[in-house]
Amino acid sequence: MKCDIILAGVGGQGILSIAATIGLAAVEKNLFLKQSEVHGMSQRGGDVQSHFRLSDSEIHSDLIPYGKADLIISVEPMEALRYLPWLSPEGGLVTSSVPFVNIPDYPEKEDIMKEIGKVHNSVVIDADSIAKQLGSSRSGNMVILGAASSFIALPFESLENAVRQLFRRKGEEVVDLNLKALRAGREAAAR
Amino acid sequence: MQSLLLLGDEAIAQAALDAGMSGMYAYPGTPSTEIMEYVQSAAQAAEGNVHREWSANEKTAMEAALGMSYAGKRAMVAMKHVGLNVAADAFINSSVTGVNGGLVVVAADDPSMHSSQNEQDSRFYGKFAMVPQFEPRNQQEAYDMIFDAFELSEKLRLPVLFRITTRLAHSRASVTRQAVRKQNENSLPYNTRQFVLLPAIARKQYKALTVLFETLPSEPLISRWNRLRKGTDRSVGILTCGIAQNYLMENIADDQERYTVLSVAAYPLDRGLVSELVSSCEKVLVLEEGYPLIEEQLRGLLDRDVRVLGRLDGTVPRDGELNPSIVASALGMKTAMGKEVPSMVKQRPPSFCKGCGHADLYSALAEVMKEIGPGRVFSDIGCYTLGALPPYNMVNSCVDMGASVTMAVGAADAGLFPAVAVIGDSTFTHSGMTGLLDAVIKDSPVTVLISDNSTTGMTGGQKSQAADRIESICLGLGVSREHLRVIVPLKKNHEENVNVIREELMYHGLSVILARRECIQTATRDKKAESAKKTDNR
Ligand SMILES: Cc1ncc(C[n+]2csc(CCOP(=O)(O)OP(=O)(O)O)c2C)c(N)n1
Repeated sequence: MKCDIILAGVGGQGILSIAATIGLAAVEKNLFLKQSEVHGMSQRGGDVQSHFRLSDSEIHSDLIPYGKADLIISVEPMEALRYLPWLSPEGGLVTSSVPFVNIPDYPEKEDIMKEIGKVHNSVVIDADSIAKQLGSSRSGNMVILGAASSFIALPFESLENAVRQLFRRKGEEVVDLNLKALRAGREAAAR
Repeated sequence: MQSLLLLGDEAIAQAALDAGMSGMYAYPGTPSTEIMEYVQSAAQAAEGNVHREWSANEKTAMEAALGMSYAGKRAMVAMKHVGLNVAADAFINSSVTGVNGGLVVVAADDPSMHSSQNEQDSRFYGKFAMVPQFEPRNQQEAYDMIFDAFELSEKLRLPVLFRITTRLAHSRASVTRQAVRKQNENSLPYNTRQFVLLPAIARKQYKALTVLFETLPSEPLISRWNRLRKGTDRSVGILTCGIAQNYLMENIADDQERYTVLSVAAYPLDRGLVSELVSSCEKVLVLEEGYPLIEEQLRGLLDRDVRVLGRLDGTVPRDGELNPSIVASALGMKTAMGKEVPSMVKQRPPSFCKGCGHADLYSALAEVMKEIGPGRVFSDIGCYTLGALPPYNMVNSCVDMGASVTMAVGAADAGLFPAVAVIGDSTFTHSGMTGLLDAVIKDSPVTVLISDNSTTGMTGGQKSQAADRIESICLGLGVSREHLRVIVPLKKNHEENVNVIREELMYHGLSVILARRECIQTATRDKKAESAKKTDNR
């Protein structure tokens, strides 16, 4: 088993907490993992990505080769498209539909959606409204992770346990909100 | 033994703590910053009373670490690659003085310039200083090699250079710990004249160093990290340095027996090993992250005895970071490629945060510069360099830490008036204040704008050595009280700030404008920490 994931977004959107959650779940399942992160310059509102590799055997490269990623998880729709060269023809794409517009020449949303639609395994969800409905506008990340969970070769319970572990220090309320967000994302994607 | 999920940087930090380090010295710089940050947050460091304060710059860090080594304890210094330029004077001389307590110098290179102004290869410095070098292939090796690095440093009484690149620094994997070693007791160097580099002493020690350097390749703590594996296919032998090995394995893992591979992770390289590789294959492909250092050595000046493939003949791109796909092409393998990036996808460069004081300062400066004309704003390295991008397009230089002040001084010497320097608080104490002294002495017709956000913002908000000291530093250096102006870069002060900037720019002498407003990122972070503390106390 191997599962290579590109996580994408804009600096400050918190893709690293998605990575941390998958990481904890993978550790629980005793899998090998390598996760390359972005720190520094581009964190200031620039595009950021993380290569996340899971496997039941030794992983060599920290980077995923072009055309070999099983999944793109993005918290921003235009950013999802930036990493298409890495996605394998059978790969999936899960993204939030909510644009983060901090550049003057941001494309039309319809054009982005059309392009995403061409990826045959794509899931687009409005993570922000789902999170807001749950009363935790900051859990959009977990909604996206939930939506992507069926593509990730890990049991859903392991992801739930990881969320518990990751947010434990912030109190029960925060844990519950994030668990709800994770489950809501999974349901939204199944619809 | 316990396993942890660690970034390469964190593996190095944890290893140093476990290997009995007494002092960590550093100035922040991507991709090295997390080494010190990990030490600072480790309970183990607090319990062991390990020194873990930031230094003013890489040179002061290097020298303090050398001082700790002098006193018999193990010390580590960490910096980004360009930091080693700043520390180079101390670093190069430290191989001539030698060390007492183990001394490990970590240099984190940034090929492809993810967050840097160049992609220089620190391995040249190791060769230059004639010290042993390690270049781990993965996070576990980064951890284990630190033990060897300290041991070797104490055994040979030499500093050791530890070279990593962004990819390893910022990638996480599982790392298994070793048994913890005790810190050293204080002790004086075996030779109390060893650190006195008067020519008579230095000549002797330098000669000894050149002799010692020749013996390094066969030193077991170095040679154990380099391995040659012979395969069935002898058409191309492959030499990998550091993490290039992983990109190779990504492509050949299923067919390993075929390939002849010399995998290098410690330097200097053993000639015998290289000669065995060369003589058993028709050609050699060199895969190294960074400059073609080993490749050039293999080719030699005449480039005719060995058929070498690598960055110099275009088999591998001449610049930039390696990746599995580049290595596949170099091996002549078919590479996969997903869909092209649709043309609608636009660049998303980094930008000022909402509520950043630098932005308001540039708005005010822009208004004055519109009256004066373009091409006069020398800037420096930090978040405020983003003033180079639209909508400001305000910055005409960004070279190295501190160069804003001194380049403005030089341009003023040439008759450019007015000349403006824009520098951040941490950069100012790193390397700006010495240049300001030059300006004071000449009373250069220069205006230095210090954009003080009370933190080292670009690298993630580390404590700034400049905190609350800038005014007294400027006055102490001799800046006149009258031309040391303090402003608060807020939109509501715009008119007032424009006037202050205009007045000082028109003044034919040295002036400093201190624009002081806390970084929005650290302000938010501190507020959150404060409220968390309050809830905890309830
Ligand atoms: C010699 C050297 N050391 C470290 C760095 C990394 N670096 C780039 S910007 C920066 C921080 C600058 O802080 P400050 O001047 O306060 O500006 P701010 O980012 O807070 O606006 C650092 C440490 C570098 N580029 N060169």
